[in-house]
Amino acid sequence: MERTYKVYSITNGTVIDHIPTPQALSVVRILGLGNEGILTIGIGFSSKRLPGGKDIVKVENRELSRDETDMIALIAPEATINIIKGGVVAEKRRISLPDSVKGVVACPNPNCASNVLGAESKFDRVGGQDPIYRCHFCERTTRIVPELLVRTRGR
Amino acid sequence: MGSFKGRSIISLRDMSASDLVQIVETAGRVKRGEVGGFLAGRTVAVMFFEPSTRTRLSFESAVLHSGGSIFGFASSDSSSQSKGESFADTVRTVMGYCDALVIRHPVEGAARLASELSTVPVINAGDGANQHPTQTFLDLFTMHEAVGRLEGLHVGLLGDLRYGRTVHSLAMAMSMFGSRLTLVSPPSLRMPEQFKAELSNSGIPFREVQQPEEAGTDMDFLYVTRIQRERFVDPQEYEAVAHCYRVTAETVSNLGGKVKIMHPLPRVDEIAEEVDGLPNALYFKQAHNGIPVRQALLGLITGGLD
Repeated sequence: MERTYKVYSITNGTVIDHIPTPQALSVVRILGLGNEGILTIGIGFSSKRLPGGKDIVKVENRELSRDETDMIALIAPEATINIIKGGVVAEKRRISLPDSVKGVVACPNPNCASNVLGAESKFDRVGGQDPIYRCHFCERTTRIVPELLVRTRGR
Repeated sequence: MGSFKGRSIISLRDMSASDLVQIVETAGRVKRGEVGGFLAGRTVAVMFFEPSTRTRLSFESAVLHSGGSIFGFASSDSSSQSKGESFADTVRTVMGYCDALVIRHPVEGAARLASELSTVPVINAGDGANQHPTQTFLDLFTMHEAVGRLEGLHVGLLGDLRYGRTVHSLAMAMSMFGSRLTLVSPPSLRMPEQFKAELSNSGIPFREVQQPEEAGTDMDFLYVTRIQRERFVDPQEYEAVAHCYRVTAETVSNLGGKVKIMHPLPRVDEIAEEVDGLPNALYFKQAHNGIPVRQALLGLITGGLD
């Protein structure tokens, strides 16, 4: 039987498209999306824009804030955001790197207060196009990669 | 000039050039005896979670010289941390006993964390390999005292530029005053890219060389550091670079004879004792300057001085 659709369309919520495969689950983690409604995750679609394939995450009945969607830029800067209302695209949103990141990323320095003394991790953006951040505590700079994601973001 | 009252001193990154000038000028007033007794009625707690001799003793001396009271502990063995108390709880408790906290801790960022938990100002007296701002303040004060300015100096940094936090902080500070830097080290101990990128972004010209004589004869200061055995994981790597520099009277002469020699101490063998008697040697004066500089800083943050 021919597949008429690959991912269900949604009536209200947020569609995160053009996530490079296989980063969909990292996007879910960085957004802290848990057991709070229907979440559709599609992995490995072909894409003209992304030769390695793309993933899609659809969050039903929740409009993600700009602060939330900017977190995605840390690991998937190519991602695009569509806010869906009443079955139509109400907003197309670009994402950009956040100025600071709190509690989502582990500092790679094992002797940092955020790893040893129980401080919540915090990073401030150094600048430029790349996700290079300075640890608020040990002051070392690091490139944020998916492997540094430590836990889902609390809300 | 801004007010320091109530402000924690954690990192050079939090400081502006005018902040540094204010600390240097205030330390000058203290050293000349123009102000005194400004910590009377004030209590300072020192919490040293790792051993230190000169930093702890100079803070204690600074408080006593300014009429204040001081208490604390010199190692984590003698604090409640040995009973399992968290660092945060120790800070929250001790801050209620004092007007300022001085903290040294082996974990990087410990002082920053303490400053965010504490209601009294915190001074970072060294956090692992990260920052040791009061050392930089006394370095700047010593330079200013020697040549009367901080702007436009040619400063050589020699030795362990990879692990040495004093040279990282000093380079950061000198970049605020339009300095020119010559970085002298073996290739394996060069300054980390992160710090060199910051110098470049600040527009500070710097050159990396392997021998001090390559710096020319117009250097104002040569800041010598110890190759720190304790920072090396591999003892063979340490042995490969240990004892690779020795500043002698001939080195001073080759550098034009006017260069001032500085060192955060303790030294091992990187400066020959024959240099001690030369007018170029500033390192013991530099260590003694820790007292008026720390007096000034404590006075500023507790409101005893402005």
